[in-house]
Amino acid sequence: MKQSSILKTALLTCGLVFTTASFAGSGPSGAMLGNTCAGCHGTNGVSNGPATPSIAGLDYDYFVEAMNEFKEDKRNTTIMARIAKGYSEAEIEAMSKFFADKEYVKANQTADAAAAKRGAKLHKKYCKNCHGDTGISEDQDDDSGMLAGQWKPYMTYTMADYKSGKREYGKKMGKKIKKLQKDVGDKGFADLLEYYASQK
Amino acid sequence: MSNFTRRKFLKAGIAAAVAGTSMSYGSFAIGGAKKKVVVVGGGIGGATAAKYIRMMDPSVDVTVIEANKDYYTCFMSNEVLSGERTLDSIKFGYTGLAKHGVNVVHDMVTGIDADKRVVKTAGGDSFSYDRCIVAPGIDFKWDAIEGYDAKIAENTPHAWKAGSQTATLRKQLEGMKDGGSFVMVPPTNPFRCPPGPYERVAQIAHYFQQHKPKSSIIILDPKKKFSKFGLFKAGWQRHFGYDPENPTGDGMIKWINSEAGGTVSSYDAGSKTVTAKAGKFKGDVVNIIPPQKAGKIAFSAGLTNDKGWCPINGKTFESTIHKNIHVVGDSSISSPMPKSGYAANSQAKVCAAAVVAMLQGDGAPTPSYVNTCYSIIAPGDGISVAKVYAYDESAGKIIKVKGSGGLTPSEFDPELRAREQQYAYSWFNNITSDVFK
Repeated sequence: MKQSSILKTALLTCGLVFTTASFAGSGPSGAMLGNTCAGCHGTNGVSNGPATPSIAGLDYDYFVEAMNEFKEDKRNTTIMARIAKGYSEAEIEAMSKFFADKEYVKANQTADAAAAKRGAKLHKKYCKNCHGDTGISEDQDDDSGMLAGQWKPYMTYTMADYKSGKREYGKKMGKKIKKLQKDVGDKGFADLLEYYASQK
Repeated sequence: MSNFTRRKFLKAGIAAAVAGTSMSYGSFAIGGAKKKVVVVGGGIGGATAAKYIRMMDPSVDVTVIEANKDYYTCFMSNEVLSGERTLDSIKFGYTGLAKHGVNVVHDMVTGIDADKRVVKTAGGDSFSYDRCIVAPGIDFKWDAIEGYDAKIAENTPHAWKAGSQTATLRKQLEGMKDGGSFVMVPPTNPFRCPPGPYERVAQIAHYFQQHKPKSSIIILDPKKKFSKFGLFKAGWQRHFGYDPENPTGDGMIKWINSEAGGTVSSYDAGSKTVTAKAGKFKGDVVNIIPPQKAGKIAFSAGLTNDKGWCPINGKTFESTIHKNIHVVGDSSISSPMPKSGYAANSQAKVCAAAVVAMLQGDGAPTPSYVNTCYSIIAPGDGISVAKVYAYDESAGKIIKVKGSGGLTPSEFDPELRAREQQYAYSWFNNITSDVFK
């Protein structure tokens, strides 16, 4: 699995060399496509908030999967379902490569310190297996979203959608969410979001 | 477990690809003099193009010539009219561009010599260029409505270029008595920001509802329909009192379209009376948004067609009239893209990539464009329209990507409409950063 992923990435990276050289007849480059996102997601995918998420440095597979979920109306979105329908698989892959290479910058936002402290403990107990020690996984096979320093309103929307069943849980997430709900209740989720918002 | 994660692996791969690219650009550095780009106009299109050229190729010498020290965005200026935000919150300077190594000159461009490739200014300076990007935005057809001209507009504002005009209109709305009437005259197509007049109606209705609930809004429209038509009408009805079955009825908002005699012929500034086919309408506050054409410099540089807009090649935004001059934003004919801030920002990046390639003697890369446009009807009720565009090589024009984009669903979902409002604010923060920071 891992080997094939690396091979795939290597092939895609080679593809990028050619698109950078802008051969006639090829589709738009990752940069050309990625630049169109900046109006809402910030230059190079670093969002100034308050609600649109940063997409710089997103895991390649996570990005591709998210765009496909938008396209297939599998996420409770506003505008993204409409926009994602404008791109081919190859274009989504090129875009994903472009943003995966960009440096993620944690959002400059306020957070409740006491809640964040409680949230840190909850993260370790319920989330870190897939989202890394502090909310950003470095393991390619996790294919997980970046939580640390992501914009809080976006995180709030996302969590609300998971809990209401409007967004499908990936992998082990459903089980963990249900356990957190049972163990700590709604307050646990609020604390978690404060923890991620507190990370600078 | 490998420490060589995908993220890092990708980074290494792309770094190699970039290195390859800059090597191919190496010949240029040996080639001699720096390539020069002069950008005329520091609005959304011009400022974006300048910044992105510097980001794409820092070896290019980029100068922006802009008359004003500050730029006020037209988008979100309707929230200034309703008092939801300050005029300062839509004001942006040029220090951000300077940080990207762009030379910013505050002067008025008076002419462009396309043969000699020189831009001339009112201050008496000349700027030579290899490629010039013209982004003057819009100008008004002052002869369209008798009695309404640039001088009269000082007291009866159009507020279609934000700044002092926005401040004047806000002040007049604040000074208006409860029970007064606000008369608005939207322009004929095509014009800057197609949903803008109708968002303005909503924002002013929101202000009246809170502070002057007995007041009314009369729209004298030369058109039969407009952008986000169904969404606006439903929003006006939901929040403020508007009857789609009887649009000239008793609600706070009365929309008199072209079929009902909304087309305006003249204005008497002394009595603040607008004459339309349907009759005379006296306003306590009057807002006339005249029909539009490309900005002044586009005319003096000979970049316009008989309709008053600039024809361009949609792949490069190079003028089809003058070589080495590109036109982006509202003044360009980029249909099916609308005249919007997002469109100008997106076009400017396509243009920047083309200019960087063409300066090297290469062909322009395959474009991709997007338009996204938010309107805020009332707190908690944001709506949007979006579209992805591509370039059709065989037809030689910009086309809509089939199946992409579209409007906010008409069914009112309070949760998603509230999110759209927050995304509208995020869009504002991000596009202004993308342009000016």
